[in-house]
Amino acid sequence: MVGITAYGGYIPRYRLSRMVIIQNMAWYFPVIMAVAGGEKAVANWDEDSISMAVAAARDCMAGKDRGTLDGVFFASTTMPFADRLNAGIIAAAVNAPEEGLMGADFSACLKAGTTALISALEAVGSGKKGSVLVAASDLRKTRMATLSEMFTGDGAGALLVGSDGVIAKFLGSYSSSYDFVDHYKGYGKDYDYLWEERWVRDEGYGKIIPLAIDGFLKKHGMAIKDFDKVVYPCYYTGTHREIARKLGIDPSRVQDNLHNVCGDTGTAHPLLMLAAALEGARPGDRLLLVGFGQGCDVLGFEATDGIRDFTPARGISGSLAARVDLANYQKYTKFRDLIAADLGIRGEANPNTSLTALWRKRKTILGFMGVRCLKCGTPQFPVQPLCVNPDCGAYGQFEDYPFSDRQGTVAMFTGDLLAPSVDPPAVYGIVEFDGGGRAFVDFTDCDLNGIKVGMPITMSFRKRSKDQARGFTGYFWKAVPKG
Amino acid sequence: MASGIKDKVAILGMGCTRFGERWNDGPDELMVEAFRECIEDAGIDKNEIEAAWLGTCFDEVMVGKSALSLSMALRLPNVSVTRVENFCASGTESFRGAVYAVASGACDIALAMGVEKLKDIGYGGLPEFSTAIGTANSLWFPNCTAPGAFAMLASGYAARYGLDIMDVKKSMAHVSVKSHANGSLNEKAHLRKPVTEEQVLNSPMIAFPLGLFDCCGVSDGAACAIVTTPEIARSLGKKDIVSVKALQLALSNGTEIAHKWDGAHFVSTTKASRDAYREAGIRNPREEISMMEVHDCFSITEVVTMEDLHISERGRAPHDILDGFYDLQGRLPCQPDGGLKCFGHPIGASGLRMIYEMYNQLLGRAGSRQIRDPRYGLTHNLGGLPMMNVCSIAIVGRYEQ
Repeated sequence: MVGITAYGGYIPRYRLSRMVIIQNMAWYFPVIMAVAGGEKAVANWDEDSISMAVAAARDCMAGKDRGTLDGVFFASTTMPFADRLNAGIIAAAVNAPEEGLMGADFSACLKAGTTALISALEAVGSGKKGSVLVAASDLRKTRMATLSEMFTGDGAGALLVGSDGVIAKFLGSYSSSYDFVDHYKGYGKDYDYLWEERWVRDEGYGKIIPLAIDGFLKKHGMAIKDFDKVVYPCYYTGTHREIARKLGIDPSRVQDNLHNVCGDTGTAHPLLMLAAALEGARPGDRLLLVGFGQGCDVLGFEATDGIRDFTPARGISGSLAARVDLANYQKYTKFRDLIAADLGIRGEANPNTSLTALWRKRKTILGFMGVRCLKCGTPQFPVQPLCVNPDCGAYGQFEDYPFSDRQGTVAMFTGDLLAPSVDPPAVYGIVEFDGGGRAFVDFTDCDLNGIKVGMPITMSFRKRSKDQARGFTGYFWKAVPKG
Repeated sequence: MASGIKDKVAILGMGCTRFGERWNDGPDELMVEAFRECIEDAGIDKNEIEAAWLGTCFDEVMVGKSALSLSMALRLPNVSVTRVENFCASGTESFRGAVYAVASGACDIALAMGVEKLKDIGYGGLPEFSTAIGTANSLWFPNCTAPGAFAMLASGYAARYGLDIMDVKKSMAHVSVKSHANGSLNEKAHLRKPVTEEQVLNSPMIAFPLGLFDCCGVSDGAACAIVTTPEIARSLGKKDIVSVKALQLALSNGTEIAHKWDGAHFVSTTKASRDAYREAGIRNPREEISMMEVHDCFSITEVVTMEDLHISERGRAPHDILDGFYDLQGRLPCQPDGGLKCFGHPIGASGLRMIYEMYNQLLGRAGSRQIRDPRYGLTHNLGGLPMMNVCSIAIVGRYEQ
């Protein structure tokens, strides 16, 4: 049996109420008032599609052995690198094996997430791959005061595909391909270019999704009534409803498009919605998943008994619940670099990243891998040639010791207003890991006023530096205090 | 066991510029200003200097690499000149080089110069150092500054002793008030206005819980010393001789940042001070040290240092500070010249500036700041960040043989 063996997702904690956008920008483009309800998820300033994909992957694979992974597929239209395997960064962050692993990036279309998923399912189905992580993520940067700004949100979904411990059996897929250009983003452009929404809605989503679902049902000899949940994206809520009506799907069987609580996360959205649906699925439930973008991918799944035994670390419901209001619209525009607020001369420093040093230290930097001394048992980070324990000092007799999934506590901290930061103060400190070891790290997703020594923390993979001159994004791990 | 440096080397002369925002002076002008005072005090000819050390820290672009800047600024007679850098201990490191050279017999007369020109960068605070922490560290180090890294100590100290951080801040405020009072008496000091505890406590936040008045001045300046043997000093007609009693340096080895540390003390200072007392033959520093210039880059550093120097008991520094123990009129005056806080902190010059104050006090030249009949003066530098630092300690005193 081939199918999904684990699922997870990530929705960043900041939520921007659409009313806040309206209050700030409706003077400029009143049309946005038509989408006044709900809120959108907004990535923190130190997140991007890769860091969110890592968060989703960790949600999905918490406690699972990464050593058996032989594929990491990443789907996004907002990949930080045009030429450097983005999936490879994710693989390194989750401590996947390097030898025997195929990483692949799927891009250039909002259905790339479902395309990656089909590819993974087919690779495992053919017996050529054993366990493939599929992560889809988008950080949807839009211009201010646009309908795109209202409809989109940031987030990531992740699925583990395999043949051992399947919790949702793969029933088959069907795809269509049309050069229907509802929007596009030219090479090197920052923003999507959109055609008239009435056409996109009626001729795009409204026709292409039902056609593809019909195609799937015909191909597999099934009926729409065979499915307990139908999962398809469409940020026009009216059209989303209309598609169900056209196909004769009972509204209770339609998976919510998350418009009110998150916004459309692009490539990630079908996977994210499926992860939400799987949280409520019972053994025997059948789920139909659709990805849309220059055509459709349609996939059918059936939950197995195993679905009862699996829970993601936090899941979509947990992500949604962990929300914080981003009441300050200007802060959002600075996070997305839509305004030119000055960082000062101190903020101009832009050290080049040494790619040779990054290669040597990749496990430390991307995987937050420490070591444990084989002689005295001391866990330590960062890794240096000699054991840090003054009573030991052994010469490099170490075993790998991953810190990324370890909990810890705050040992000391500060909030620094001198350090250049787009979200001052820069909060950082030393954290002490349960079981030993400590690290001097930036903190994120926190409010200085709430931090206390002794407070628990978890680690999160984040964007650490953005070299605008050379286009390089640096990543490292930060502590998230759990107040 | 090594015999140590005690009384092997004497200070023949010293000089120090006014510290401050010396917009119209570069490192060359500052070094020459300090040197002219120093050589006049020493009473020798420039050509008698056989070797020199130059201490500078931040941003080598300010003087450039190598020791050529010193050799050329002073037109030294083609002698050996070495540039040393060890964060905020750089000035004391140049002194150590010169002192060890004389003690070894490699030369009779040596010069130690420290200089820093900080106010050429266009923004406040120390120069940004993301490019100066090493290729590997720059891949992961947090986005930290000096005030932020030292501010963390306050949270560690409060947690270690079960105090409210705002109570710690009160003793920190007294540290700054005391240094401002002392600095107001010093015409070479950068900041010369007395402040109240209330002003310190209400100053704008820089890095929680450090406010602006918890942070030392960022200044331009230079200081230097000419050293020789006590015998040569005497032969040159010196009567009151100040000699070196101890010189110690201790560096972190990674334990604090990667293993175990309460975040409430400096491992390096705790060790270096113990070694320095042994070298100087001091058994009870709280009684025997007459005065100190310590590295008060931030008020919390001074609080913690009082304990690391084995003068205040662990957890008792705030009490001693609020008690006035370290005030100019207290039992053990600390920062009689205003400290880094008010004299200012041109990094490479600071260690020598501290020795300059101890030297002047020992010779009775400190004017309205004069401490009565001092015997031993201790100086202390703490460079880097609390979790990985460089600590230098020097003890100077009257030569009594």
